[in-house]
Amino acid sequence: MTVQLLLVQALNGLQFGVLLFLVAAGLTLVFGVMDFINLAHGVQYMLGAYLGASLAAATGSFWAGLLLALPAALACGLALEWLVFRHLYDRDHLSQVLATFGVILFLNEAVKVVWGNAPLQVPTPDLLQGGIALMPGLQYPVYRLAILLAGLATAALLWLVIERTRVGALVRAGASNRPMLAALGVDTGRLFMLVFGCGAMLAGFAGVMAAPILSVEPGMGDTVLILAFVVIVIGGIGSVRGAFLAALLVGLIETLGRSLMPDLLRLFMAASPARQTGAALGSMLVYIAMALILAVRPRGLFPARAG
Amino acid sequence: MARVLPALVFGLLAAAPFLGLGQGWAMTLLARGMILAIAALSLWLPVGGAGLVSLGHAAMLGIGAYAVVVLDDARVTEALVVAPVAIAAAALFALATGAVAIRTAGVQFIMITLAFGQMAFFTAASLSAYGGDDGYTLYGRSTVAGARWMQDRLGFHYLCLGLLVVVFLGIRMLLASRFGRVLRAARENPLRVEAVGLSPYPYRLVAYTIAGGIAGLAGFLLANAAEFVAPSFLAWQRSGDLLFMVILGGLGSPFGAVLGALAILALEEWLGHLTPHWRIIFGPLLVLAVLYLRGGLVGLIGARRG
Amino acid sequence: MAEPILRLDGLRKRFGGLAVTDGVSLEVPPGEIHAVIGPNGAGKTTLIHQVSGTLRPDAGRVVFAGRDVTALSLARRARLGLARSFQVTSILPGFTALENAALAVQARSGSSFRFLRPAASEAALNQAAMDALERTGLADRAAVPAAALSHGERRQLELAIALAMQPRLLLLDEPLAGAGPEETERLVALLRGLKRRYAFLLVEHDMQAVFALADRISVLVYGRIVATGTPDAIRADPEVRAAYLGEDEAA
Repeated sequence: MTVQLLLVQALNGLQFGVLLFLVAAGLTLVFGVMDFINLAHGVQYMLGAYLGASLAAATGSFWAGLLLALPAALACGLALEWLVFRHLYDRDHLSQVLATFGVILFLNEAVKVVWGNAPLQVPTPDLLQGGIALMPGLQYPVYRLAILLAGLATAALLWLVIERTRVGALVRAGASNRPMLAALGVDTGRLFMLVFGCGAMLAGFAGVMAAPILSVEPGMGDTVLILAFVVIVIGGIGSVRGAFLAALLVGLIETLGRSLMPDLLRLFMAASPARQTGAALGSMLVYIAMALILAVRPRGLFPARAG
Repeated sequence: MARVLPALVFGLLAAAPFLGLGQGWAMTLLARGMILAIAALSLWLPVGGAGLVSLGHAAMLGIGAYAVVVLDDARVTEALVVAPVAIAAAALFALATGAVAIRTAGVQFIMITLAFGQMAFFTAASLSAYGGDDGYTLYGRSTVAGARWMQDRLGFHYLCLGLLVVVFLGIRMLLASRFGRVLRAARENPLRVEAVGLSPYPYRLVAYTIAGGIAGLAGFLLANAAEFVAPSFLAWQRSGDLLFMVILGGLGSPFGAVLGALAILALEEWLGHLTPHWRIIFGPLLVLAVLYLRGGLVGLIGARRG
Repeated sequence: MAEPILRLDGLRKRFGGLAVTDGVSLEVPPGEIHAVIGPNGAGKTTLIHQVSGTLRPDAGRVVFAGRDVTALSLARRARLGLARSFQVTSILPGFTALENAALAVQARSGSSFRFLRPAASEAALNQAAMDALERTGLADRAAVPAAALSHGERRQLELAIALAMQPRLLLLDEPLAGAGPEETERLVALLRGLKRRYAFLLVEHDMQAVFALADRISVLVYGRIVATGTPDAIRADPEVRAAYLGEDEAA
């Protein structure tokens, strides 16, 4: 294990973290503002990846694919909101969990019917091919750096919108004190649609960007969904700032844990059991961290709601 | 109706092998249905009884099943040993994870149980000594006090049915007891329960642990029914399925879980014959059931007859 | 004066920069009905929370039955005999009136970690619960689900639950809130009937009821107690009139 390798893994972790943030931001806002728990948020990420992949293939350009996929993901999100989700806002969490679970089953299967079972490959765009030398002996893929930067830029933009605009103020008000929104005479139906659409688009954006480095396949949203849940629980539900920090934390723990754990354990045990236990421990690490954080702070690191 | 329904359904299950459902595939399906009914009952206890919506229940089931695997690999196949170990392992997992999860409430609880479920899933997938992702095929079904009657179709059928009835009656008894009264009260209004001097936490934790133990029993049976165990037993989609069984049947009574499990298995089986992409129909049906079938099947039957 | 059942000792609670409870001390001797009145925003609810254990004070002590309970939870204080009613009626809507009271009896008679015997068939629990219902005038409504009771009856039920706990002090947070004139009359008569057998700390807006029931009254203004005394003394206190009753008369 060299310093270079450690750095590469740390960068990978951060890059995974910003992808997680893009998914988790929508999830935490939708929950914070609407008190709505949306398991189908992960399939919106998957849809983004599929739309991006096939639109890129159809147009022959990754960038055209990306640009077209964003409104398409938005349209899908809004369609789902109109068809299913808006009928669930005033229902209990249990109903929301189940109905959105049904949406997952449907979309995961629909994707198989439309695109087949085999993973799709998306080539890295020409502009971002190759690697860049960050320091002697350390080559890092340009595309992964681009994801990291795009993610950070989106996070900054989101922060600006939430902290500095009127809509953002409403979103913050909704996350910390929902009855106040209605009392202020806000058209909650429209606000909900807006937040929902943005959430879907962010998740779709993450999906398109992840497409060249991950395989685009049915069920790819489920893993991300669960990690995004971990992120918003750790960060404090409804808090975008919490989601950002927790996403980076989870990305780092997940990536470093999986890669370092086996090596770490080899200091204490033989190679073969170290590999096995290390792999198991590495993938459990995020959940152990979550359990520890919640044992100390049951409402997460930055709870948005007072009282 | 609601009163005689359990007796009717259990009676039908007992008679099923002699009512033209004695063939191999039908008996396999029935056994699976009864095992899933036990699993759904075990989930009903925290969800319907205590108001704790767990989305990681398949992990308890899977831990029970993996206990069978680990012992099978060590050539221990005596059910009188294996079953208690499976129950204890799942109950212990429920106790440990519940101790953290029950400190939270509502949506946090849902997500935390989901996360713990995933933790168990990844652990199972990394157990390369037991087949890793591919799963593990048992050498054979467990023996009971040395006898091999779990191999026998009828024997296994009645074992599952007997355990299902025992679990169902046990949960009903639990609900009516002092313990169950505190649990039900805490579901309705936890503040009121504290104000009379009872802290809901330990009661919920014990209920959650009992639920884990029952799920472990179901996992033991499931492993024996399939003679095969894989990490997919612990997948979170399985937890979602179990939750759907409980809701479809109706949260109002534990028998809803039994009805829901049998109904969903039948539905999956039927849709599976229609198309390999049966989930494309099943998913929207689930959404519709949530939107329009509020009282569940039990509520439907109650409304028709009552 | 006899050893007080409840003593508050310099309670302080701040929310942000605002001192909502600012050095409150008071004593409730056994058998006394002690009312706390004050204009809206005086900090009455915050005070109740600190006495019952749902809110931890920043400083000061709550001494109940000779024991410092400041660090104890709501449930622990309840087991020591501190029964609380809520401003918004807090009952178990899906339980019958009898089972609502029986849960309170159960909480103080033996372990609730009993799994086998149906609780509904425990005669001792039902008998004590029925007694509590009788004393609050709800005996003939025992089998009715609490959700189906009228507003006033739910108030009575909450009182029955408190009595079923065999309390040493009843902490009543606006027990008359939302009650109509007839219901108010019935509840006041009920409380009067319980006088002397229990100590009460009563927060209430209905001045007529307070002056009719209370042995002593403390007036809370902006988190401080400005006066404590008998109803007559309070009525005559010029500072109270200025701070509080004056507004009432003007209104």
